[in-house]
Amino acid sequence: MSPFKSLGFRAGVLSVLMLVVLLAVWRTATLPDAPVPAPAKALSAEQIEYLKMMGKDPSAAAPAEAGGSAKSGGFPTPMQTATAAWQQLRDPFYDKGPNDKGIGIQLAYSLARVGLGFGLACLVAIPLGFVIGMSPLLRRAFDPFIQVLKPISPLAWMPLALYTIKDSSISGIFVIFICSIWPMLVNTAFGVASVKREWLNVSATLEVNPLRRALLVILPAAAPTILTGMRISMGIAWLVIVAAEMLVGGTGIGYFVWNEWNNLSLTSVIFAVLVIGVVGMLLDLAFGRLQKAVTYVE
Amino acid sequence: MWSDVGKRAAQAALGTASAAARQHERNPQVDGFLQVEALSKAYDPARPVFSDVSFSLARGEFVCIIGHSGCGKTTILNVLAGLDQASSGYAYMDGREIAGPSLERGVVFQSHALMPWLTVRQNIAFAVKSRWPEWNAAKVNVHLEKFVEMVGLSAAIDKKPSALSGGMKQRVGIARAFSISPKMLLLDEPFGALDALTRGTIQDELMGIVRQTQQTVFMITHDVDEAILLADRILLMSNGNDTPQGYRPGGLAEVVVNPLPRARSRASLHHLDGYYELRNHVVDFLVSRAKAH
Repeated sequence: MSPFKSLGFRAGVLSVLMLVVLLAVWRTATLPDAPVPAPAKALSAEQIEYLKMMGKDPSAAAPAEAGGSAKSGGFPTPMQTATAAWQQLRDPFYDKGPNDKGIGIQLAYSLARVGLGFGLACLVAIPLGFVIGMSPLLRRAFDPFIQVLKPISPLAWMPLALYTIKDSSISGIFVIFICSIWPMLVNTAFGVASVKREWLNVSATLEVNPLRRALLVILPAAAPTILTGMRISMGIAWLVIVAAEMLVGGTGIGYFVWNEWNNLSLTSVIFAVLVIGVVGMLLDLAFGRLQKAVTYVE
Repeated sequence: MWSDVGKRAAQAALGTASAAARQHERNPQVDGFLQVEALSKAYDPARPVFSDVSFSLARGEFVCIIGHSGCGKTTILNVLAGLDQASSGYAYMDGREIAGPSLERGVVFQSHALMPWLTVRQNIAFAVKSRWPEWNAAKVNVHLEKFVEMVGLSAAIDKKPSALSGGMKQRVGIARAFSISPKMLLLDEPFGALDALTRGTIQDELMGIVRQTQQTVFMITHDVDEAILLADRILLMSNGNDTPQGYRPGGLAEVVVNPLPRARSRASLHHLDGYYELRNHVVDFLVSRAKAH
């Protein structure tokens, strides 16, 4: 089969085409309006004077947009966005005070918060999920709590966290912790509870002690399910960190987006949105790799 | 045709009687290595699945148990393995009561029960390390390779179970059970899921290994020919059923001693004198007396 006929190649071509169409639509939609010369000629001196007083000086507009309906402050064009992105990417780690830090520094803050909150959630959810999965009694006892706590939007915890912890940065980490814990807990418990009876029977007839059984039989058997939970948790954590940082401010990619909105720098906002997407994708890819590594074929 | 079968069954019954007399001469009840006494299992106390099952196995004996689904064969095997508990009755092995799973009894499960994330080598190493935790890796390796070679899987030793055929997986299961040198082997219908050709080959292999190692074996089967080929004695189990006099729990209906010479092979089995009588007797039991649901 020639490489040009492979599914991957054809899908790639299609993706590039879609991107081109998207950029073209974007560009057309944000182009300055076509010259509408007629009204300019029809304007009387008084009308021009009036327009000047209203801040819409027809003569000040570029010759191309002689119509006077200046759209220069509108939605940025792809070129403007690309230029802004290049500016940011050229120097991602500059630090010019609290309101002006490079995208790299902001990303690092966000990733550190997500890493800490997610790591703590792992430390709690996986052992707890193990215990819940192994004991039908505990599973039933914990179930109402999990069912009630799971659907709470993590940001709803923010006021309580801010009040009790009294530190916005740690509150952000707490919010990540609380939102990452549920998918991992539920998946770990499910994975552990559904380890095949026959593998447990084998370890029973071999008189394997409980610790060895947990680590060498139950953990690898439940690993794919646990990793699925971790992957979902990481996805949610990355969604929530942006919102949390918009709320608490200070540092991070979420704060960056909000700050650039206050600066009315839409190019930076678009750039940041794209960066959030790419980083989220990379995180998901990493967990996908891990998941693949522990998955077994029966 | 059916009357013919009836005649043969009658002859077989005669043969069984004389065989039973022989069995008394050897008397495995006394030197019973495995002793099962008045075992019963009831999920509903009024309707036990089976009750009052007593039998014994001599050391080095190969016993098959045969019966329809639901008669409780697997429950008996699980009780012997220590994975299940009987409602009443006792089981002793080597003079000690069976109270739970033990490394002294190796089990081959119907569904091979290999761990799919481990290779063949690691699967058997897991068992060997459980049996002898103090052994170093090299010793474990030498030991397990011997058993993998015994079932003819040396070429596939570093493959994962998913890369093996059904027959090969079951061979690994057998190698794993043998590798811990158990005092007794329990086989839960190990060849049930295999095609006829593969089944025949593995039956031959199993018989060779058992003869060579003098292993005591208790095996569940549905296959009459398999039982006749492998077993020294065949336990016939009947299902519980409702009679006009009320519910009658299932149990051990009959113990058939295999009169065929111990050195037998699958190829020549059906030429042996007494083979058809034995076979017809067992089939007749399953068809007319075992009372399948």
